[in-house]
Amino acid sequence: MDILKFFTAGSVDDGKSTLIGRLLYDTNSILADQLEALQASNRKNDDGTIDLAILTDGLRAEREQGITIDVAYKYFQTEKRKFIIADTPGHIQYTRNMVTGASTAKLAIILIDARKGVVEQTVRHSYLVSLLGVSELAVCINKMDMVDYSETVFREITEAYEALAAKLNLNKVNFIPVSALKGDNIVHRSVHMPWYDGSSLLYFLENVEVTGHLPSVYARMPVQWVIRPQTEDLHDYRGYAGRILSGTFKKGDAVTVMPSGQQSVIDRIEVFDKEPEQALTGMSVTLHLKDQVDISRGDVLVSSARLTQQTRNIAADLCWMDQKQLDNSLTYLLQHNSKITKCKIADIQYKVDINTMNKESADTFHLNDIGRVELKTADELAFDWYDENPANGAAILIDSRTNLTVAALMFREAV
Amino acid sequence: MQAQKLDYLDELEAEAIHILREVAGQFEKPALLFSGGKDSITLVRLAEKAFRPGKFPFPLVHIDTGHNFEETIIYRDQMVERLGEKLIVGYVQDAIDQGKVLEQKGKNASRNALQTVTLLDTIAEHGFDACIGGARRDEEKARAKERIFSVRDEFGQWDPKRQRPELWNIYNGRIQKGENVRVFPISNWTELDVWNYIRREKMDLPSIYFAHQRDCITRNGQLMAASPYLNMDEEDLIVSRKVRFRTVGDMSCTAAVASDADQIDDIIAEISASKISERGARLDDKVSEAAMEDRKKGGYF
Ligand SMILES: Nc1nc2c(ncn2[C@@H]2O[C@H](COP(=O)(O)OP(=O)(O)OP(=O)(O)O)[C@@H](O)[C@H]2O)c(=O)[nH]1
Ligand SMILES: [Mg+2]
Repeated sequence: MDILKFFTAGSVDDGKSTLIGRLLYDTNSILADQLEALQASNRKNDDGTIDLAILTDGLRAEREQGITIDVAYKYFQTEKRKFIIADTPGHIQYTRNMVTGASTAKLAIILIDARKGVVEQTVRHSYLVSLLGVSELAVCINKMDMVDYSETVFREITEAYEALAAKLNLNKVNFIPVSALKGDNIVHRSVHMPWYDGSSLLYFLENVEVTGHLPSVYARMPVQWVIRPQTEDLHDYRGYAGRILSGTFKKGDAVTVMPSGQQSVIDRIEVFDKEPEQALTGMSVTLHLKDQVDISRGDVLVSSARLTQQTRNIAADLCWMDQKQLDNSLTYLLQHNSKITKCKIADIQYKVDINTMNKESADTFHLNDIGRVELKTADELAFDWYDENPANGAAILIDSRTNLTVAALMFREAV
Repeated sequence: MQAQKLDYLDELEAEAIHILREVAGQFEKPALLFSGGKDSITLVRLAEKAFRPGKFPFPLVHIDTGHNFEETIIYRDQMVERLGEKLIVGYVQDAIDQGKVLEQKGKNASRNALQTVTLLDTIAEHGFDACIGGARRDEEKARAKERIFSVRDEFGQWDPKRQRPELWNIYNGRIQKGENVRVFPISNWTELDVWNYIRREKMDLPSIYFAHQRDCITRNGQLMAASPYLNMDEEDLIVSRKVRFRTVGDMSCTAAVASDADQIDDIIAEISASKISERGARLDDKVSEAAMEDRKKGGYF
C-alpha cells in the first residue's frame, strides 16, 4: 500500500477544515471518544449538529476564533490507500503555514465558496500550487447547499477557474461540486446534483495516479552523516549516510561527489543489517565507495551519468515568510537539504502582484510577497532546477540574527 | 523510471531515519528521550538503523516519575545493556525532595505533570540542545499541529502561534543558546503503523503490552492497575482482570484495557477494530479540552 499526502487550500471560511472533518467522519475514521469530545464541545453549527471543523482546529485560539491558524496533520486509510492530510489556514496572514503544508504534498484540494467564486486567496493559493509544482489538483466548489445545488453556479466558477489555471500552467485540474457541511460528493455521491456525473472526492483521492519517480540517472544523495565506528574490527569502515532524493543507485554505479568533483564507484549499499542491490528514491541508506574520498556532511553523491548544476549564482522564486522585510544588505543563511552556506540577495528581478499577476519591480519583500531574486552564495551548491527535480531544487533562507526561516526558495535558472 | 514505490512502512521508516540523522548533523548535544513505551522503543530501533555500526550520537534520557511499571524498568535496563549506549536518568523524586514541585493530592493524583520540571532540569544540567521524542501527530489534536523540529524557548515553552515554517524535508534546527528543539521523527506514524512496524521488525516489548492477569480497580469508568502509587480507599474494590496496556505512562495515570490479546497479531486485530483512541486511556488528557496544548506551552513533551 502507498501513501498519498495532500493538503487543503482556499480562502478563509471556504470550508477546508469542515471538508477534512467530513472526510474523516464519513470514512468512520473518528473514534468514539473523539466523537464524544466533539459532541461535548460548545462550538456547534447553527442547526445544532456537530461542527466537524474542530476535528482539525486543535488549538485553543483556533476554536475561539473559528479559524485555522496553523497546519493540522490528520491520518486515515481506506482499503486502497493511506492518506496524510495537511489542513492549512486560508487567512492571508498565515500563508507561510499553508506553504508548510503544501511543500511536502503531492496533491492539492482547493476549495471555493460557491457563493463567492474565485477570490484573491484562491488566486494566491493557486499561484503557490503552481510555483511549488504540486502535480495533481482537485478544485472543490463548496457550499453547494447554499446555492440550491445549482449546475449554473458550478459551471460559471469552473470556467472562471479554468481561465486562471491556464494562466498558471496548471494542467491537471479536476472539478467537484460538494457540500462539506452536508456531505455531498465527499465520500458519498450526492443525490442533490444529478447533473454531475463525476466521482466523489474520496474516489478521486483513492484512484488518482500521482506521478512517479525520476529516471535512475537522477540519482542524488546528500550526505547527512558519516558513519565511522573506528573500533578495532571496523577500523576501515566508512559509510555515507543519507536519504535518496531522486533516481536510483546500484552497486557498481559510477558516482561523483559534488561539488568537489571526486569520482568513485558504489561498492556496497547498506540498510542496517541488509545489503540491498539498489537504493531507491526515498530510502534512507548507507553507501560505501570503492575509493577513499574526502566527503563530509552537505556534500551530494550523484550519478556520474548526469551531474547536478554547480554554481554560486542562481535565480530563484522566493516566498517571503517573515514579519521583518527582506534586507538585501544583510547576509542570510541558505539551507539546501543538509548543506548550509551564507547567501546574499544580489538582485530582485520582480515581485508578483497577485491580483493582476503582473511582474513589478521592487526593492524589498514583505510578509507573503512572492517574486524572483538572484542569489549569490558563499559556497557552490550542487542542485537541480526545481522544475526538473524539485527534491534537489529547493532551499530555505534563515535570518542568522533570529534563526527564523524567512523564505522558501525554488531554483529556476542561471544568472 | 523507478517502477517500485516504497511500501508505507518503508517510507515512514526512511523519513524517521532521515530526521534522526539531521539531528546528529545539526546539533552539538542531542538526547533521545526514552520512556519505556512502544513509541520510544520504536525510536531506539530507528536510531540503530540510522547509526549502526557506529554509536548513537546521543545518550538515552529517561525521566523517571518513580511511579513506573516494574516491567518497564527491567526492559529499559536490559535494552541499554544490549545496546551498549549511555542512559541518563532524571528523577522526579529529586524535584519533590528539593521542594521544587509538590506532590498532587487526592484520588486522581499523578506525577505526570511534575515530569516537566525534571525534564527541564535535566536538559539544563546536561546542556541538551535537542531532545528527540516519540510523540505522534495522530495522538492528540495539539500534537497534530506541531512541527517535526519544534523550537522551545529557554523556559521550554511551545508557542503554537509562532511556529517556524517547515518546508519540504529541510529542517531548520538553528537556535539561540538556552533554547532547545524537540524533535519528533515518528510524527507521521499512526498507532497502527507503530504496531505493524513492531511486528515487522520482530521487536521485543515490555510484557505489560500483552494480556496478563492483574489486580485492578475501576476509576472514572476505567480500569487502573492497583499499586501503591494510586491513592485508594475502602470504596475501591480490587478485582483480578485479564488486561493489557495500550500506552504506557505513569502507573497512576495509565488505564488498562480488558483484553485477551497476548500475541502481537491479536493486538493489531484488536486495535484495528477498536472504537476508542489510544489517548482515551490517558487520564492526563481528560482534564480539559486543551489539556495537551496547555502542558506543551508549559514545557511538556
Ligand atoms: N452551508 C454550508 N456551510 C459550510 C460548508 N462548509 C463549511 N461551511 C461553514 O463555513 C464556515 C467555515 O468553515 P471552515 O471549515 O472552518 O473553513 P476553513 O476554510 O477551514 O477556514 P480557515 O481554515 O480559517 O481558512 C463554518 O461555519 C462551516 O460550518 C458547506 O458545505 N455548506
Ligand atoms: Mg480551516
